[in-house]
Amino acid sequence: MFSADAKAMVGKFGLKMGRANLDEFAATLEELAKANPNIVAVTSDSRGSGKLAPFGKTLPKQLIEVGIAEQNLVGITAGLAACGKKSFGVSPACFLTARALEQIKNDVCYSDVPAVLIGISAGVSYGALGTTHHSLHDLAVLRAINNITIIVPADNFETRQAILYAAKATKPVFVRFGKAPMYELHKPETRFETGKTITTRDGDDVAFIAAGETVVHALLAAGKLAESGLSCRVLSMHTIKPFDTGAILKAGRECRAIVTVEEHSVSGGLGEACASVLLQAGTCKPFQIVGIPDEETVTGAQADIFRHYGISMEGLSETATNLLKSL
Amino acid sequence: MDEATMTDRELQLKAVRLRKKTLEAIFEAGAGHTGGGLSCLDILNVLYNRVLNVSPQTFISPMRDRYVQSKGHSVEVLYAVLADRGFFPEAELKTICHYKSHFVGHPTRHIPGIEMNTGALGHGLPICIGMALAGKMDNAPYRVFTLLGDGELAEGSNWEAALAAAHYKLDNLTAIIDHNTLQITGHTREVMSNEPLDEKWRAFGWAVKTVDGHDYPQLTDALSKPAEQGKPTCVIANTIKGRGVSFMENVAKWHHGVPSEAELKQALAELDAAVAKLTGASK
Repeated sequence: MFSADAKAMVGKFGLKMGRANLDEFAATLEELAKANPNIVAVTSDSRGSGKLAPFGKTLPKQLIEVGIAEQNLVGITAGLAACGKKSFGVSPACFLTARALEQIKNDVCYSDVPAVLIGISAGVSYGALGTTHHSLHDLAVLRAINNITIIVPADNFETRQAILYAAKATKPVFVRFGKAPMYELHKPETRFETGKTITTRDGDDVAFIAAGETVVHALLAAGKLAESGLSCRVLSMHTIKPFDTGAILKAGRECRAIVTVEEHSVSGGLGEACASVLLQAGTCKPFQIVGIPDEETVTGAQADIFRHYGISMEGLSETATNLLKSL
Repeated sequence: MDEATMTDRELQLKAVRLRKKTLEAIFEAGAGHTGGGLSCLDILNVLYNRVLNVSPQTFISPMRDRYVQSKGHSVEVLYAVLADRGFFPEAELKTICHYKSHFVGHPTRHIPGIEMNTGALGHGLPICIGMALAGKMDNAPYRVFTLLGDGELAEGSNWEAALAAAHYKLDNLTAIIDHNTLQITGHTREVMSNEPLDEKWRAFGWAVKTVDGHDYPQLTDALSKPAEQGKPTCVIANTIKGRGVSFMENVAKWHHGVPSEAELKQALAELDAAVAKLTGASK
């Protein structure tokens, strides 16, 4: 995932390697479910890939298996929520948000039940398994559906906070993350609030507005650019909806250029959400969306795909440098 | 009138009145699903007046029975039945499909008495499995019912759910199939054949009962209790699309046909004649 130079920058920042957000999710959910028997996990033959096998062993009555049937998974998750259960439907993001999109739209969002949907192995986490297993559309489609909070945590801290929030939420929530181990980006005392960006690093030359597993690469790029005397802001945009327009507009006002970064199609995701906010406010700064372009996605592991599309310390610092040159 | 003690004839009289209300509401709205509404009206009449442990007063109780109308398009009859049961004033039926009215063309939870927002087909059964599972987890006494159209059974999600309901032995769940054999394009057997329905549901592990969907004793018997311990119940209700109005019966175009003023007048006259026949027979 990281070049030797990027690893050196990791060392410079003193970032510690945590576990996969998937593992953090599973541990947090099990902890919450032990204390609250009303919490129910629903899986579509996905307890293994969702790291919920221990949950199933410890709390067998709180795990419902529906088999390989994502539409049924979402409908059942909604029905449980409608009858007072705090239900978490857990399934690979690619299947959950494409095959069962109509159930998400109608049974969860439109019916307004407090169900939680967990999209595991999101983005290109499944890497070389190919396009069938990638979810590069989920943020776009769910942004267009009314009444759902969308959270894309960047590290273990944000993942835990997202699950704590979701467990208490009275409205639909979607959380998506990957399965690679993540560096810890935030100090434990960091304040997490749904809908509010975390400023991971401040600066005013370039603002990197990133989400999920791309945030660390933006942070490393900011470190690299600092060596050239550039000060870069790094925003972890963990909540895609509701969107922290204030932080975007502030970055638009205060920074010379903006680079958005996401593990998602460049269509309809974080980048276009930022562009929309800025343009409608009349803020026009050099602006670049980095994500997966509208083409047949290059094959390879998640790290290969990231590197190929410039989601790396080197790629992002180059994008930022070129953007500043356009000024 | 105390619903618990209503006779079959009293319920049949109520059904005629509800058919009239439904047709008037569809005429007023200028839109609606007439044929499938009239086919399932007797089922709803029995459910809400004899079977479901739910009323405007108990609708907030976690122990209430749940009814989710998977064939959401037949919403006008549901509105008419709920109004009759006192969930909201009957005058509100006049706002169906009006600007800013919550009485849209498919059920929504904005309307008192409605559990879930439906309308896209193949959604009700999975939702009801979640509800029935929640009931089992809580050892709650409530039962869960859904109404499916027979054309709706072409949606694959129903069969995902059919597997799960039997797998989890959800004997607190009843799926009713409004088996009117017609859908928007024509005969279900020609659009996408799904017979034999009873054998299919049995093969999926359900207890199956086939009834005349306009026969009050048969409906009451099939719906009043689960058919078999440890199995979900499927009630195949053989119905007539457009039931009660001669020129609408078994005619596919009345799936969402809206009567003209003359057609409404004729339909209401036929229904009034049905009342006379019922009351005459009671003398």
